[in-house]
This record gives sequence, structure tokens and C-alpha cells, in this order.
Amino acid sequence: MSEYILEMKEISKEFSGFKALADVNFKVGKGEIHCLIGENGAGKSTLMKVLSGVYPYGTYQGDIVFEGNIQQFNKINDSVKAGIAIIYQELALFPDLTVYENIFAGNEVKHGPFIDWNQTIVQAKKMLQKVKLNVTPETLVKDLSVGKQQLVEIAKALTKDVKLLILDEPTAALNEDDSENLLEVLGELKKQGISCIMISHKLKEVISISDKATVLRDGRTICTLDASKDEVSESVIIKNMVGREINDIYPKRTNKSFGEKVLEVTNWSAYNVQLGRNVVKDVNLHVKKGEIIGIAGLMGSGRTELALSIFGNPKAYKVQGNLKVNGVPKTIKHPREAIKAGIAYVTEDRKGDGLFLIQDIKSNVSASNMTGISTNGIINHNEEVKVATSYKKSLNIKASSLEQVVGNLSGGNQQKVSIGKWLFASPQILILDEPTRGIDVGAKFEIYTIMNKLISEGMSIIMISSELGEVLGMSDRVYVMAEGEVKGELSIDEANQENIMQLATQ
Amino acid sequence: MNFINEAKSLVKVNIRDYGMYIALIVIMLTFSIMTDGLFMSSRNISNLLDSAGYIAVLAVGMTLVIVIRHIDLSVGFAAGFLGAITAILLTQMGLPIYLTIPIILLLGIVVGMFNGVLVASIGIPSFVATLAGMLIFRGALLQVTEKTGTIIIKDDQFNAIGNGFIPSIMQINGLHLLSLLVGLVGILLYIYSEISTRRNKLTYDFDVVSKEIFIVKLVMVSAIIAYITWILAGYNGFSWTVVIMLLVVVVYHFLTTKTVLGRHIYAVGSNPEAAHLSGINVKKITYIVFGSMGMLAALSGILFTSRLQSATTTAGTLFELDAIAAAYVGGVSSAGGVGKVTGAIIGAIVMASLSSGMNLLGVGISYQYMIRGGVLAGAVIFDVITRKQRG
Repeated sequence: MSEYILEMKEISKEFSGFKALADVNFKVGKGEIHCLIGENGAGKSTLMKVLSGVYPYGTYQGDIVFEGNIQQFNKINDSVKAGIAIIYQELALFPDLTVYENIFAGNEVKHGPFIDWNQTIVQAKKMLQKVKLNVTPETLVKDLSVGKQQLVEIAKALTKDVKLLILDEPTAALNEDDSENLLEVLGELKKQGISCIMISHKLKEVISISDKATVLRDGRTICTLDASKDEVSESVIIKNMVGREINDIYPKRTNKSFGEKVLEVTNWSAYNVQLGRNVVKDVNLHVKKGEIIGIAGLMGSGRTELALSIFGNPKAYKVQGNLKVNGVPKTIKHPREAIKAGIAYVTEDRKGDGLFLIQDIKSNVSASNMTGISTNGIINHNEEVKVATSYKKSLNIKASSLEQVVGNLSGGNQQKVSIGKWLFASPQILILDEPTRGIDVGAKFEIYTIMNKLISEGMSIIMISSELGEVLGMSDRVYVMAEGEVKGELSIDEANQENIMQLATQ
Repeated sequence: MNFINEAKSLVKVNIRDYGMYIALIVIMLTFSIMTDGLFMSSRNISNLLDSAGYIAVLAVGMTLVIVIRHIDLSVGFAAGFLGAITAILLTQMGLPIYLTIPIILLLGIVVGMFNGVLVASIGIPSFVATLAGMLIFRGALLQVTEKTGTIIIKDDQFNAIGNGFIPSIMQINGLHLLSLLVGLVGILLYIYSEISTRRNKLTYDFDVVSKEIFIVKLVMVSAIIAYITWILAGYNGFSWTVVIMLLVVVVYHFLTTKTVLGRHIYAVGSNPEAAHLSGINVKKITYIVFGSMGMLAALSGILFTSRLQSATTTAGTLFELDAIAAAYVGGVSSAGGVGKVTGAIIGAIVMASLSSGMNLLGVGISYQYMIRGGVLAGAVIFDVITRKQRG
């Protein structure tokens, strides 16, 4: 038997030609807390999905050696049986059931064909002690804080004789007390011989808890750092995370002159009632006429929430703070009012809440500005076709006709329709949320060119992006967000991959 | 050859829209042959359309409700109850008909809006909110008809809505002249609007179908209108019910296809989140759609009460389910955002044709229910399959 509980050897995984993982080597020792670090899209989640059997044996290359044996997991249940448990950021609990029902869900304590509820409760209490959670087993899960829910999830994993526990950004949604408590529990489990893989973006946490840390970038293992040799430090990690080469695919703008502030928010906070915490905290930010500002940060850092809270607050957060458009204070309570004020928001999730997928291109383009193609509420269909044709041409949307259903277009073309829809509302400030996610390089370049053209026509753009290259290549000024706060504002001259990542991982 | 290819591709693209027209024609032909032409007789077609009227107007409203991903189960007894109120206003209060009808329609809007508020503002699932409404209206109907039982209406003007026909100026060869004129005007209006749309498109330099296809389409649709007019003119001409039905279709067809309001309704149905982010007031649209449903329920109540010339204690029973069935046969999709007003009317006529044809053939009521159920399931299966092929 080796000293490692898990060895992943030369793991490669392709998605229709795109290499998500390339010869990744990853080893976890027994009773070790091993952190897995990397930018969004570095391959962390894919690697964990390979390990847990979400991608079954045979769909990837390489070997998984768990407890000395090569494993062939065909489904998630196989990895669970072997003693591997994953706890995702999105918790998989039943909020309306009690703590003890949740702990033994799918793994019920039986007496003959029936569930032995008394025994269930007795055992649930034991599990709760192990994870140091001081609640009665009869509590409903929805009445617990997110931090405590996470402990319930861990307790659930413990009932299945877990040997390797994987946590995907466990502290991302937790406050400091809860985070500390969670890390303490992990330390406690380690003493009982349970190994742990933790994916995290918070480097302080990584440094304080990990025995080892592995950095992934672009689907490759970059390095494994050893805490006992004092290798785990913030600067080393960041250097390894960001070393990605940036190709110069960003079209340059020649004329850079900025006008007055067109949009300014001060002391801006948004409280999410469902989550019970501030998703945006005390943000101060402004955009000038003719400027592209980049908002960098990792997923869940509050960037989208910030954009939504400005754009008429469709998620009904409790918003505080001041907002000025062209120097005039405004209260915007509905996206309709935001559109009127000259703000447009191209959503991050174009399929989910950006486009009408079952409708055709022209109806999508006209949707946010129906008054532009109608008189007294009656639509001029020919005018609509004319408008849509002009956007199809100027944005180079590739489709057989304007009657083509948007759901059948490629990602890049969908994104262009989505942008066209908002350009037709002729905004002054365009908020682009992850404008090039999931589209190919050619389409990306086209979108950047469109952005530059809009700027030259006097528009201002707020670009939210997880791609550092895009942020550095396109913006004039960069705000970095983490945990709902703006952690720093950088001019494009001082911004680089290292200092952005440093701010984003605070 | 070009002509045939173009026709083929048009049918292929629009198979989903044409499907129910084809189904209707097949059903009508089948019954005509099985009944030796009795089914297509003037008298039977006239009766068939009149009996479809009160369900057809409900189906139009229901289609829009389903388009925005809701349902309204209260409309059946709401129609029954509002019909009873109509009878009370006319007989016991002695109100004139020209006051009664607007009052009832307004009441319908209020009732519908109330459902809209429950659904959109308070957030009760529409199924539950309108189920409660269904029980309440059923009780209310019993309450107001409890003392008197069936309320008989003796107002001839009112009873003409469900039983009367538009006046004939004179009879020519036993044909109803005004009806022929109405049919002729209909054909002329249709041809005019098609030609002007085409011309308009050409001035914008848009693609249009070839001239041959265009003419074939004009001739075919005109022939169908002429044929229906001729059949109806052979009996008593257009009934008031048919006229009201046509009006509702024309108005709602215009609303849904030509106005911003209509576009917003379909936007809300196809993606409520995106609609909200596009600046559309989703709540307001929900109120309007439920309000219109309430108004059409009132209209349905008026049509039914007038047809029976009385308000009964069980009026409106199961109307809502017939309307929902008609809407689905007419091609509405429960996933939201898809469904046409014209489809709803055709759906209602398909269901009425089935009943009428089977009655003529003497098919037992037990089999009638089963066959109608089968047709409903078949229509939805067709819908799901064609959607898969397209998607």
C-alpha cells in the first residue's frame, strides 16, 4: 500500500475537440488536506467530475488509483461506494425535511422493509457530534444557516463511510465565523483519518489549512506545493495561477478620450433576502463617456448581482446607495426604467434570461424597444424586418433568414442577437456580462470589434468578465470584485494578471 | 416544377399550422361520407357552429392564458354564474339588454382581474387560485338560482343572440341574401388585405411567395369562405352567434399578431425572465390576459344563457375543460409562448364536429367521450412530435 489514498495519473479529457484536461497528475496523501486551485475554467471541476464518476470510465484517458487499486467508476454511485463524497457549492439537501431525514436520505436505516426512525435519530445525533453541529436532529434544514447546512451535508457524507471528502468552494457563501468553524471541522476529520480535497479561491484559507496545494491552469497541472516545506504562499500560488499567455486578439482603439461621468454609484449595497446576506457591499464605481471599464473577479464575487441591482433590480434585492445617470440622481425600480434612463444589460446567461429561444431573430431584436417599431401600440411588421435586417448586417449575424428561431443559432450568433436586441434600445451605457463566454475565437474578435465601434459612437461600456486577457485587452480601467466588494480599482497601465488575481482572491 | 417545390417546402415549414386544418377537413369529409352528406347540410353546419360558439370564445381566452404558462379552471362556472346574473338583471331587475350586456362583460373583467392579482401579485399557482374560483362560482350560481330554480328569459332580443340569425333582406332562390353579401364582403376584404400586405412587402424589397402560389392561396381561401357562406345561406344565414364568434376572432387575431400588447404576451410566455429584463411589465400582462379571459367567460355565459333562453343551476359545468381541450387541439403549447387564436377556434370547431357527427351516426355517449379523448391526446402527440423534428 502506498502513502497515497488517491493517485490520478495522466488524466486527459476532451469535449468535442477542446482539451479540458491534458495529462493531469494529482496525488492526495492519506489524512491530508489538499487544496486545488485555479482560475475559472482551469479544469478543477472537470477533474473532480472525472474522479466522482460523473464522466464515466472510458470517456477520459488515464487512471484513477484509489486505495491502491485502479478504479473504473461508471456512475456516481460507484465512487460513493468506494468512499468518495463530493459536496458541491449548490447544496443537495431537501430544505423542507428535517436534519436527520436529510442525513440519511438515500441511505435509510432500515428494520426489515421499514425505516427505523428512532435508530435514525440516534445515529444522526452521533454524526452531528462528529461535525460539531449543535442542533437538534428534528430541525428543518431550511431553518439553518448556509454554514450549518454545509455541515449537515458533511454529516451525510460521513454516514457512507467516506474516506475522501471533496469540497467545491465550501466557504464561498459563508461568513467568517462559519468559514472558520468549517475549516476547524475539516481539521478534526483529518485527525480521524479522512482525507480532503478542497477547491478554493480564498488564498488565505488555502494557506492556513492545506498540507499540499495543486495549481491547475488550462487543464494542466502546473505545480504541487508542500506546506511542510513552506512552499505554500500567496505570491507563489498567484504566479502559477495566472502565467497564461495572452494572445493579442484584441483590436486596438486609437482615439481614447473620455467625457463626463455617465453613470456613478456610491455606497451601493444589495441584500439578498433568500440568502440572508449582502451580495453587493458598499460599492463605489463610475463610468465615463467613451470608456470601457472592466469588472474582474471570480465567479460568485457579486459582479452579476451588482449589474442586476443597477439594472432595475429584477431579483428584488434590498438595495441601498445612490445612483446617478449623467450627474442626475435616479431611482430605478424596474428594468423598463433602466432602459428609459439609457442603460442596457446583456445578461451572462443568454439562454436562461437573455433571449426568447423559441422566437425568431426579428422578434428578439425588437423585444426591448417595441415603441421603435410601432405606432399607437400597433406593430409595423415591415419596419421590424427592416430594423432586424440592419442589425443582422451590422453585427454580421449568420442565419438563413430573420425568421430563423434563435434557439437554433450558434452561441456566437445568439450573443450577437442578444447585443442587437439591446443596441436597438439605443442605450448610453451598455453592461455586458461575460460577453464572450462559450463562443469561438472568431466570434470573440467580432464582438470586441463591435464594442470598439460602439465606443467610437459615444457609448460607454461596463464589461464583466472572468477572462483576465479580455479584461486587460479591452478595458480602460479595471475594478476587481470579491465577496461582493470592490477590492481595488486599477488603471489599465498598472493592471496586470498578478495584481488582479491577488485582489480577486482576497 | 418550381411551383410544386415551393408548395412542398411551404407545407413542410408550416405543417404545424396546417395540421389542424387538415384534421378538420378529414373529420368533415369522413362524417359527410358516413352520413351520406347529411353532416355537411346547411342545417347541421349552422347548428354545429352555434353549439361551438360558447366554447370557442372561451378557448380563445384560454389559449392566451396557456400561452403565458397559466391555466384558468374558474371560467366554466364563472360563465354559468354570470349567465344567471344576466337572467336576473333582465327578468327580475327589468334592465334593458343594452345595459345588461356591458355590465356583465365588465363584471367578467373584474372577476378575471381578481384571478390575475391572485396569480401575479400574491403568487398563488394559477391552478389552485382558479380551482378555488371554480368552487366559489359554483356555489354562487347555486345561491342565486336557489329560490327560483331555472330562470326563464322571455326577452326576444336577448334570446336572438343564441338562436337568431341576421335579417335577410330578401331570399334569392331560397338563399339568404344578406349572408351572401356578408360573405362576398369578407372575400373582398380578405383579397384586399392580402394584396396590400404583399405590395407593402415588395416596396420594402422583402421576399414574398411566388405569384402562382399567391394566387392559388387567394383562390383557395376565397373558395372556402364562399362555400361556408353558401352552406349557411341555404339555411337561415349567419346566426348572431357566428357573427359574434367571428368578431372575437378578428379582434383577438389583430391584438395578438399586430400589436405591442400581443407581442408582449408571447414574450412573457416564451421566457418570463428575459421578458422582465427586456423591460416588459410581466404582472400587467398577466392581469390583462386574465382580465380578457374573464370578459370572454362573461360572453360565453351570455351566449349559453341566450341559447337555452334560461339560466339553469348547472350551467357552465365542464366548460373550462372543453375550452382547454379545444385550445390544445388548436395547437397551444403548455411550455408557453406558442399558440394561435385562430387555432383555438378551429380546435373548438373540431371538437364540436366530432360531437355533431357522432350524434348523427348514433354513436353512444360513452364512445363519444372516449373518441374525443383520443383526438385530444392525438393532437398533443402530433404537436410534440412536430416540435421535436423542428428543434
